[in-house]
Amino acid sequence: MTERVPVLSAHDLRVSFPARHGHGVAHAVDRVNLDVYPGEIVALVGESGCGKTTLARTLLGLEKPGGGQVLHHGQPVRYTSRGLKAYRRDVQLVLQDPSGSLNPRHTVYEAVAEGLRIHGHTALGDFPDEQAKVADALARAGLRPAERFFLRYPHELSGGQRQRVVIAGALVLDPAILVADEPVASLDASVRGEILKLLLGLRDERGLSALVVTHDLGLAWNIADRVAVMYLGRIVETGPVEKILTAPEHPYTRALLSVLPESGLSEAGGAGPTILTGEAPDPTRIPTGCRFHPRCPVVASGRAAALDIEAACRGRDLPVLDGGGEAQVACHAVGSDAGAPDLRTTPTPRPGAGAAPRRRRR
Amino acid sequence: MTTTSTDRPPVPRPARLPSRGGGRRLRLGPLPLRYVAAKVGGAAVSLIAVMLTAFFLFKILPGDPVRAITHGIPTSPEQLAHLRHQFGLDKPLAAQFGDYAVRILHGDLGISYQYKTSVAGLIGEHLWPTIYLVGTATVLSAALGLRVGIRSAWRHGSTGDRVNTGVALALWSVPTFWLGLLFIIVFATGIGPIPGLFPTGGMSTPGTEGFVAVLVDHLRHLVLPCLTLVAVIYAQYVLTMRASLLDEMGSDYLTTARAKGLRDDDVRRRHAVPNALLPTVTVLFINIGRVVSGSILVETIFSWPGLGSLFYEALTVPDLPLLEGLFIVFSGAVILMNLLADLLYPVLDPRVRT
Ligand SMILES: Nc1ncnc2c1ncn2[C@@H]1O[C@H](COP(=O)(O)OP(=O)(O)O)[C@@H](O)[C@H]1O
Ligand code: SF4
Ligand SMILES: [Mg+2]
Repeated sequence: MTERVPVLSAHDLRVSFPARHGHGVAHAVDRVNLDVYPGEIVALVGESGCGKTTLARTLLGLEKPGGGQVLHHGQPVRYTSRGLKAYRRDVQLVLQDPSGSLNPRHTVYEAVAEGLRIHGHTALGDFPDEQAKVADALARAGLRPAERFFLRYPHELSGGQRQRVVIAGALVLDPAILVADEPVASLDASVRGEILKLLLGLRDERGLSALVVTHDLGLAWNIADRVAVMYLGRIVETGPVEKILTAPEHPYTRALLSVLPESGLSEAGGAGPTILTGEAPDPTRIPTGCRFHPRCPVVASGRAAALDIEAACRGRDLPVLDGGGEAQVACHAVGSDAGAPDLRTTPTPRPGAGAAPRRRRR
Repeated sequence: MTTTSTDRPPVPRPARLPSRGGGRRLRLGPLPLRYVAAKVGGAAVSLIAVMLTAFFLFKILPGDPVRAITHGIPTSPEQLAHLRHQFGLDKPLAAQFGDYAVRILHGDLGISYQYKTSVAGLIGEHLWPTIYLVGTATVLSAALGLRVGIRSAWRHGSTGDRVNTGVALALWSVPTFWLGLLFIIVFATGIGPIPGLFPTGGMSTPGTEGFVAVLVDHLRHLVLPCLTLVAVIYAQYVLTMRASLLDEMGSDYLTTARAKGLRDDDVRRRHAVPNALLPTVTVLFINIGRVVSGSILVETIFSWPGLGSLFYEALTVPDLPLLEGLFIVFSGAVILMNLLADLLYPVLDPRVRT
């Protein structure tokens, strides 16, 4: 089982931009390892601005990495136009705002058929013609009867229907993985559940993998097999969703979770929700040592000093987590804290490998 | 939602099936009647406003026409009153305007002081040279301007973009008459070693015979005025196209298309440009109306026998009925082109249609 090859992985990935304001370089993604295995949904969680979208765009080949590699079925992605084209047939994108991600002047049919027209008749698979394939994709995305939607324009559809059209446009190419950047953030709460259910159904029925980018840990709870928590361009904690959401170890993950009412963390800690203070993180000025230390409640409360790790927090770099399935935390306090076991050395079974789909909690 | 209806009987396929390769096809429905009615109504109101302005500007302000006609001729008050009655000048102002409007809508624009023939006829004669000149210049500058605007926007910030924008702005700010005179000096009169390549003015050389000779002569006369007019209006196309494409370029649907594997050129051609053309087309139409009156200077400089030259001559007299007629025609052209742009918009953009 450990020999499984990830559909998509980031290997020591780095992406930087010239800073938008003033001088310097914004290290939007700063050494990230992340694997997504077949049939697995991974949630990438973090505050806005931490580099999630940049990571997703780079995984799709829309942004060229400044360092490291994107691997597709274990092979490095080739950044030639032919290499990218082949790659993009297998890795599809779903964006946050379905109103923006559909061309307002193209009908539903044209939007869904576009991928087929780009990749030629081999993309049709077993279907006799384009129309049958488009109808199938729309039906799989939950738009039935599909023919009724063919000639509709995006502005004639509801937000949820539009997102289904976007998903159908991705599914029509039979990809191995969807990269979804905040796929439900701009939808009404009432249809969010339906779109998430659709993604889960696609995973269960067709083994479709997904990397779901979200700033909402609650959403990760509903959909993901595995969670990676990102802070300022780096993954700071990763592991199976049960572990991350019930026994988070990184102070940043704990802070994110404590504001969810159902997490139980606020009562357990007895301190109420941890509101993160300090400056919003700036990728042009990444702090030394642990990049979270200026805002870390462990440092602020003096517990780091008590544990004798404060100097390390401020000055000693943390190891880069690897992208695999076992639970890992990048924090000096984990392992030295008497209460918490060092999970970096604790083997955890990989999720969902060939096993029955995990039960859903609501 | 539609998720539950899994086992319905198959629905008959729609009549107009999208065909392969027809990615840019538009579904043209009938224009919504209320939209058309509103736009036509708006144009009618503008036209009435133009006629009101013309009425006051040319009929009321210049003073009593009866006194002007009888100037120097001894007339009795009875005769004056009779003349006023004949001209309808004793009626209330509103009734006078009503008569006036009816007259104009029948195409009766009065008699020119200068030419002693009907103003409508004069305008009709001079209309075609103007349409010809303005039409050619518009097609050329639009074809060139849109192309350059698209390139500039797609590579915005590049050296090419900066050069293009700079040239457009320079042409935009050069005075028309100055540019026209410069062209005449350099290309028509000839300067230094450069011989006079093109005629200095007019539309044709009298006495030219034979189809080909006439055609060539004609085109040679067209070059300089057309070039001047192109230079004047080119910038608007470049800058409008560039701005609306830049607006479109941040759109997510371009990312979606790119992520599906569409080549950059096709992303531009199939997605970005058609959407960016919408606002540009509107500007294009509104411009045509304006360019008609804008050609006054160019026609005057090159003695092009169009409405612009007519207007210039009427000004020097001044030939009030002719000026009035031209005023109405120039304003009417702008109103008409605006209306066409408004009616075209929903044809091009499905969002406006429903
Ligand atoms: N094209 C770009 N040019 C300059 N800076 C960028 C660009 N894209 C993203 N960034 C910066 O990178 C950081 C991460 O952005 P993003 O990936 O959008 O974060 P997220 O999706 O998590 O909100 C931000 O600080 C943002 O300002
Ligand atoms: S390493 Fe130190 S500063 Fe960083 S999260 Fe852990 S305790 Fe906080
Ligand atoms: Mg984002």
